[in-house]
Amino acid sequence: MSLPLDSFTPLQRTQKTDAINRPSTTLWQDARRRFKKNPLAMGGLIVLILICLFGFVGPFFSHFNYYSNDLSHTLNPPSWVHPFGTDELGRDILTRAMYGTQISLAIGFGSVLINLTIGIIYGGISGYVGGRIDNLMQRFIDIIFSVPDMLYVILLMVLLGSGLRNIFIVLGIEYWVTMARIVRGQILTMREQEFVLAARTLGASTPRILFKHLLPNTVGQIIVVSALQIPAAIFMEAFLSFIGLGVQPPLVSLGYMAAEGRGNIPGYAFALIFPAALIAILMLAFNFIGDGLRDAFDPKMRK
Amino acid sequence: MVRYLLGRILAAILVIWLVITLTFFLMHAIPGGPFASDKILLPQVQANINARYHLNDPLFKQYTDYLKNAAHFDFGPTFRYQGRSVNDIIKEGLPRTAAIGSMATILALICGTFLGIIAALRQNKTADYVATFLATIGISVPSFVIATLLQYYVGFKLHLFPPIGWGDPNQLVMPVLALSAYPVAQITRLTRTSMLDVLHQDYIRTAKAKGLPGYIIVFRHALKNAIIPLLTFMGPFFAYILCGNFVIEYIFNIPGIGQYFVTSITNRDYPVIMGTTILVATLMVTFNLLVDIAYTLVDPRIKLTDQKGV
Amino acid sequence: MIRKKKWLVSVLSAALVLGSVVTGCGTSSTQATQGAGKQMKVSFDPGAEPKTLDPQMSDGVPEAIMEMNLFEGLTRLDKNNNPQLAIAKSIDVSADGLTYTIKLKDTKFSNGDPLTADDFKASWLHALDPAAASNYAYQLYYFKNAKEYNAGKATADQVGIEVKDPHTLVLTLAAPTPYFKSLLAFQTYYPVDQKNVKANKNWNTEAKTFVSNGPFMMKSWTHSDTMTLVKNPNYWDAADVKLSELDFNLVEDHKAAATAFDAGQLDGLYDPTPEDIVRYKKSGTLKQAPQLGTYFYRFNTTKAPLNDPRVREALSICLNRQDLITNVFKGGQTPAYAYVPGGIPDAAPGKDFRTVGGNFITEDIAKAKQLLAAAGYPDGKNFPTLTLLYNTNGTHQLPAQAIQDFWHKNLGINVKLLGQEWQVYLQTMQNLQYDVARAGWNGDYIDPMTFMDMFTTGNGENQTGWSNAQYDKDIQTAKNTADQAVRMKAMHDAENILMKENPIMPIYFYVQNYVMKDNIKGVLVNPMGDFDFKTAYLQ
Repeated sequence: MSLPLDSFTPLQRTQKTDAINRPSTTLWQDARRRFKKNPLAMGGLIVLILICLFGFVGPFFSHFNYYSNDLSHTLNPPSWVHPFGTDELGRDILTRAMYGTQISLAIGFGSVLINLTIGIIYGGISGYVGGRIDNLMQRFIDIIFSVPDMLYVILLMVLLGSGLRNIFIVLGIEYWVTMARIVRGQILTMREQEFVLAARTLGASTPRILFKHLLPNTVGQIIVVSALQIPAAIFMEAFLSFIGLGVQPPLVSLGYMAAEGRGNIPGYAFALIFPAALIAILMLAFNFIGDGLRDAFDPKMRK
Repeated sequence: MVRYLLGRILAAILVIWLVITLTFFLMHAIPGGPFASDKILLPQVQANINARYHLNDPLFKQYTDYLKNAAHFDFGPTFRYQGRSVNDIIKEGLPRTAAIGSMATILALICGTFLGIIAALRQNKTADYVATFLATIGISVPSFVIATLLQYYVGFKLHLFPPIGWGDPNQLVMPVLALSAYPVAQITRLTRTSMLDVLHQDYIRTAKAKGLPGYIIVFRHALKNAIIPLLTFMGPFFAYILCGNFVIEYIFNIPGIGQYFVTSITNRDYPVIMGTTILVATLMVTFNLLVDIAYTLVDPRIKLTDQKGV
Repeated sequence: MIRKKKWLVSVLSAALVLGSVVTGCGTSSTQATQGAGKQMKVSFDPGAEPKTLDPQMSDGVPEAIMEMNLFEGLTRLDKNNNPQLAIAKSIDVSADGLTYTIKLKDTKFSNGDPLTADDFKASWLHALDPAAASNYAYQLYYFKNAKEYNAGKATADQVGIEVKDPHTLVLTLAAPTPYFKSLLAFQTYYPVDQKNVKANKNWNTEAKTFVSNGPFMMKSWTHSDTMTLVKNPNYWDAADVKLSELDFNLVEDHKAAATAFDAGQLDGLYDPTPEDIVRYKKSGTLKQAPQLGTYFYRFNTTKAPLNDPRVREALSICLNRQDLITNVFKGGQTPAYAYVPGGIPDAAPGKDFRTVGGNFITEDIAKAKQLLAAAGYPDGKNFPTLTLLYNTNGTHQLPAQAIQDFWHKNLGINVKLLGQEWQVYLQTMQNLQYDVARAGWNGDYIDPMTFMDMFTTGNGENQTGWSNAQYDKDIQTAKNTADQAVRMKAMHDAENILMKENPIMPIYFYVQNYVMKDNIKGVLVNPMGDFDFKTAYLQ
């Protein structure tokens, strides 16, 4: 027996065919729960919040600023007025450290934001379009990976000149590659996953797959990588300060303070140790948060 | 396999050529020439210097000339140290940097895997947190701070090792320690993660069920597979050893190649910038290739094919 | 599977072996730093790996220090910085000051080759050879036709250097040069063994081909690490050389060098960081020697508002130089209230150019405010933001921040700092793309002219856009005469003009700060900043 073709009509799509009607724990709820159970990560988060308060709220409680000199009180030891002493130009080290924290955090977040934008666009296109274009884009990334990044950071910094804005630009355009790789890899693997296949068989449209299924699952990884790239950027800035390509004084970053403090260890080691400790604490916090996030977002850990 | 290798080598040459091109034009875009001085030279003398180093040629000709010479492994004279060639500098400096680098690598491998295993076996217990914390310190303190503190407190205050210099085994200790801080941290973290991964695998569960003692499970079954991801880290790591060595070599005054990565740029010593860049790029490409080959040797599941993609 | 296991085992065991080597080093380390022998041996940090040790080609202080101990010219400066006969047996000067007849002692190079007048001539011509393109060729422009030869407008044999016989040189100068005898002591005038040059093109890059004629000769040289000099047995005055060995530790990082000095690994170094200067001063270790140099700021006189001399003067007199030196520079430098530093003899015997010239700058904030108001900027109102350029290598950014704050507090002027790398900074300054720029000048010889002629109109080292016809005329007058009274008068007049117009703002006169173990005696430090170990000894 044969049926005439015109007896088939497409069913009108009236509801989201792949909708799950039962309440479920979302990835986010799950991640949050697991993150909270990780003491190192939670500790890191609390410390980070405290440091942010120190950097952004602290200056409101200080009588000093980061630039005004007081040549009659240079290199003072700690006192009630200057709990961490003063620097070579009589500026309050504690206050400068607050501003330095601000700038270092800004460098971390700012450059990662640039990384993120370039990386997501590049990786997204590469992963989603696929084929020849993907191949080409991947070869380009391979090349950038074979280039010693530190060398290019220095070359670009020398080309553009030191200063905060240029640090943003250089760190931003130098480190997006990792992000692009992650995003692409995620999208590629996701595309082949059963749940996407399931969604597709259930008839979900492409944008819906991309936004409802692919991106949210990628976001976890992106956040993890970002959390680990922020300290890397702060670190790189410290190195640039050491070789004299950091922020433009009298602006100050933690890296700059440490590099300057290096000159004075025999006299006042604290001028090096204090900013270095702040950097270290920031690094530890970000790394623990990053590790915690990775564990939290890793579906394999969901047991 | 042979076809794959040939393909990879060709690709590597292409990459190095692109690196050369990129560096060459970027370098010439930087303001300030190699022979700038606060004492002003006669225009004729300046012209002679430029002529001697072919700096008057059109940039593209300089570029093609450079490629021709580089193809014969002639990387030219240095602009800063008259009478010496880039080849001399690499020949003298690279072995020293490599010596410090390999010692730091070995130290890092030992300490890193040790801490990583402990952390993984005692996951979410005190030992894990202590090990993770110790390891993270290595990536938390800038190397110039570590080096400076070591130099001052261990070298001067405790008088244990000479603060600067090269040649005596004593003079190696502090640079190696300072240089290994960062890789120790990385290796610990990598080992911990991959050990955890492996420990959750079924075959480990089987081994445990068989009643095998813990150390045999760890060393014979788990570690062997857990160490594989470390290989991925080794490629970029060698580049770190070369470039990242700058701070260590500068502070401890070690006559290696690492310091040239920064000084050649600030001195606008074009041939040295090019030479060192090519050196690192070549090493990186080579190591990445070796790592990929090593992968197939340690992990039979991975096969070398010329398939592209992840 | 078995093969793989072996791989792992071998890596781990190799790691263990090397690891134990590393830790093994740790335990046996303490004895190395001690053990100073009876031999007279001194180690010193000249500041960097030399760019070249070809005396005719080198231009830096580290190179000058090394060459001063390796080579010797026709004269050598004594401890009062007066030139004494060295390789020269006698120097006769003609009445017009233009012809020098010089007889040489019978001396040898470190390899035993005899040193002849031809070696001098060939070395000097090498510096002037346009093809060699030496940075310091202008140090030899005193010879007749030398500048022309260097510019490619004359031939080598037209240069006023004549070899009369192997031990006699006849030199013809382009203009009378009263300080020529001390010039003969400088590195560009050192002789190089021509036989050796012919045999080894790159003779000066390795110890085994390095030949010199000074108190010491090179024994070994590990680039960027250490250079070992030993007493030169062929030196004519070897009897006066007490040290058997002089080690140069080529350390660039002043901080690391200071730690090495503290730990006893180094016997001396110069130019420590300001923090270390304070520390060494407290402990009584710091030593100081006069240095011929001025630290100053340039003003770009081609651009408003700094084209107004009143504004420039206001900026200059509102500073408190002594305050800056005490609290920021910290090097015990002398505040500069004029341009030419002290330590240069004037025409009258026993007089110093600086004391004769006196001070020009009187610091006065009230007057600075008046001047600024008169120029149309009362309390700094409407004054555009100035860009202060400085180079990031070295310790210039703290002073720049201090001066920025000074001007802001006292005159209400906003200043933006611009730190650039040395090479870029030079270019920015030469192209007059700045408002105010940090600068420094070290004299090449002991005469005011080394400071004065750079500010003539259109001079490449002027870099302020400033031009004054009378100044140019005074400098020309000084250049055309051998009469010291006329010369010095002309240069005092010129300095007067310079300090009235203020295209530059002098801040301090340099001092050579250094540390040296107390048992080392007899080291001569000349005002160019060079360390001469010829007569050094241990007590």
